[in-house]
Amino acid sequence: MHEIRWHGRGGQGAVTSAKILADAAFRSGFAGVTSQPSFGAERRGAPITASTRLSDEPIRILSQVTAPDIIVVFDDSLLVVANATAGMKPGGMVVVNTTKGAAELGLRDDLKVVTSDVTGAAQAVDLIVGGQPMVSTAILGAFARATGLVTMESVEAAIRHAFSGSAADKNVDAAKIAFECTRA
Amino acid sequence: MSENVSVMTGNEAAATAAKLARVQVIAAYPITPQSPVVEQLAAWVESGELPAEFVAVESEHSAMTVCIGASTVGARTFTATSANGLAYMTEQVWWAPGARLPIVMCIANRAMAAPWNVLNDQQDSMSVRDAGWVQLYCRTNQEILDTTVQAYRIAERLHLPVMVCYDGFLLSHTMMPVAVPTAEEIDSFLPPFTEPFTVVDVDDPRNIGPVVIADPRADETGVMRGGYMEIRAMHHRALLEALDVIVETDDEYAAAVGRAWGGLTWEYLLDDAEVVLVAAGSLGTQATVTVEALRAEGIKAGVLGIRAYRPFPVEALRGKLAGRKLALVFDKALSYGYEGPICSDLRGSLLGLDDAPAVFGAVCGLGGREVTPDHLAEATRRAIAGLDAGARTRATDWINLHLDGE
Amino acid sequence: MSEISMSRPAVGEAGRTGEWRNSRPVVDPAKCLAVKQGKVTCQICWAYCPDGCVAQGVGPVIDLTYCKGCGICAEECPAKAIEMQPEALHGVCAIDAGGEVAR
Repeated sequence: MHEIRWHGRGGQGAVTSAKILADAAFRSGFAGVTSQPSFGAERRGAPITASTRLSDEPIRILSQVTAPDIIVVFDDSLLVVANATAGMKPGGMVVVNTTKGAAELGLRDDLKVVTSDVTGAAQAVDLIVGGQPMVSTAILGAFARATGLVTMESVEAAIRHAFSGSAADKNVDAAKIAFECTRA
Repeated sequence: MSENVSVMTGNEAAATAAKLARVQVIAAYPITPQSPVVEQLAAWVESGELPAEFVAVESEHSAMTVCIGASTVGARTFTATSANGLAYMTEQVWWAPGARLPIVMCIANRAMAAPWNVLNDQQDSMSVRDAGWVQLYCRTNQEILDTTVQAYRIAERLHLPVMVCYDGFLLSHTMMPVAVPTAEEIDSFLPPFTEPFTVVDVDDPRNIGPVVIADPRADETGVMRGGYMEIRAMHHRALLEALDVIVETDDEYAAAVGRAWGGLTWEYLLDDAEVVLVAAGSLGTQATVTVEALRAEGIKAGVLGIRAYRPFPVEALRGKLAGRKLALVFDKALSYGYEGPICSDLRGSLLGLDDAPAVFGAVCGLGGREVTPDHLAEATRRAIAGLDAGARTRATDWINLHLDGE
Repeated sequence: MSEISMSRPAVGEAGRTGEWRNSRPVVDPAKCLAVKQGKVTCQICWAYCPDGCVAQGVGPVIDLTYCKGCGICAEECPAKAIEMQPEALHGVCAIDAGGEVAR
C-alpha cells in the first residue's frame, strides 16, 4: 500500500487533487484507492492536509495517513509551517512545488526530494483562479513523473473526468508542463 | 453489468442514489457532514438533470414536515441530516413511521452536542432507533449507493420510512471507487411509487392523521377501526416483516445490478471464529483488518457486521453466535447511564440460547476519536483475558480514552 | 479535567492565523482620518475587525501575526485608506526560519 499525504492551503484545491489522483490511480489499475481531507473546520488559506491510499486490494483503513511514503507539498512554505515531513517513513519521497533546488530545502537526508515549478507551469498556461495560479491539477503531473505510480495518460483522463471543455484542456496542459519540469 | 466506476465520496454516492431512484421531492437543511449531499442534489435539480421539486426549508423540522406532506400525496421523497439536525426534526421523525410514510433519509452519522462536535460517531441515529424506522448501516460508499436505492423498495413495499446511516467524514467525505448502475438497471429494480396508504382524492375526501382514541371503534360505515395500540401493532408487524423484505430486496438488487450486501448482517472469517467482533458501519470494515492480525496470533477471531439494526435481526444473530466463546460488541454510541445500544440489544437477544457466548461491550470513536484496527485488537485481547480469568460480565471498555490519571 | 466544554479568550488559540493570508491590509497614512487629524478618531477598522487584530492608534496598527486578510477593514474604511495587497508582493513566505513574521 502507498500512503500519500497532501499539504496545501484551504481553497488551493488540495482536496480536488487528492480526488483526481485517486481517480487516476484507479484508472491505472489500483483496485483500492481512498482519498480524504483532514476532517473538521477548515478555512481558506489555512494549512490543510489530505490523505490518499493506493493498494492492489480495496482499502479497509479510514484513518488519516500519519506515516506517509510520499508527501505532496503545494508550496514550499508549508514544509516548515505545516511540518510537512512529520512521520514520513525512512526513504520516503517529497514532491514539492518550488523554484528552489532540493538541497536548498533543508529536509531530512534519507528523503528523496523531487521538485517542480508547478506555479510556473500553471502561470504558463494562464491557469489563474481568484488571482492565484491554480497548482492543484498541475501538481499531479509532477506526482506522475516523480513516483511513476500513475501514468500521465491516466492523470489526463482523470482531469478530463473532473473538468470539462477548455478548463480541462488548460489543467491538462499545466500538468504536462509540470511533468516535464519535474527534477529528481 | 454495464456500470460506470467513479471515485466519489459517500455523500456523492447518497445523492447519486437519490437521483437514480428518481426522487420527486427533496427537502433538506444543511449540516456538517451531510451538506454536500443536498448541494449535489440541488445542482442536479437546477441543471434539470434531476426533475425533482427541491424545497429549501429553514430547519430540519420543516424538512421532514415537507417530506411528510409530499409522501402523503404519493411523491417519492428524500432528505438527509446529521446529529443536531436529526434531533431538531425528532418530533417529525416519530410522525413519519407512525403515519406509515415511505420516506428515505440518509444520516451522515455525527456526534450529538453538547459539547459541539462535527465528527463521527453513531449517537445520532442510535438516539432515534425506537421511533419505528427501518435502520440500515453502510460500511463503504458503494454500499451507501446501493442501500439508498434499496431503501426505496423496502420503504414502498412495507409503507415504512427507512434511515440509511453512514459514518460522517469517514465515509461521507472519503473518496473511493463506486460503480454507478445504469438508469435502466435501477428502473427495472425500482418501480414508481404508486400506492400510498393515504387517499388524496377530491371525490373521496378523507381526514388524514386525525386523533385516534385508545380503543377500537366503528367508523361511519360500521367497520371496526383500530385504536392507537392496533395501529402501532400493525406498524411493529411491518417492521418485523422487514426482516424478510430487507433480505429479499438485497437479492432482487443483486439480480438487477450484480451486488448484494448480506441482507441483515454480513460476516468475515466467521465460520470457525471463537471470538466475534460485532459492529455497524465502517467500524466493521476496520475490524476485518483486526481479525486478520488476531488470527496471525492464533486467536480465532471473526467479524459479524450489523447491516440492519432496526428491525433487530434476533434470529440471525442467535443463529450466527450460538456456540461462540465471546462476542465483543463495539458501539460508537452509548445509552448514557447504561451501555452501548448494540451491545444491550445483542446480549438481550441471546437470552435463553443454550450455547450463547459471553457478550462484552466496548465504546469507541465518540466525537471522531480515532479508532484503528490496533485499538480494536488490543480491546479484543483485553476482553479475552477477562473472560479467561473467569469474568462472566465486564464493564464497558472505553477505547482510546484519555481521562486524567487513567 | 473540566466536566464541560469552556475556554477563556486567548491570543493565538487557532494558531498563527497570519499564515493563512492571501492578501494583507496596508494602511495609507495620507488617507487615514486618524493620522490626518493627529488623534484617535474614526477607528472603524478596529471596530470591524472580526479577529481583534487591529489596535487603536494614530493610525491604527494591524497585527500581521494573526490578521487573516479577510479585507473587512478595507471594505469598511470610510476614507478608503486601506488597500488589500497580495501576499506575493510581500514575499511568498512571510515567516522566516525563526518563526517570526516579516512585516
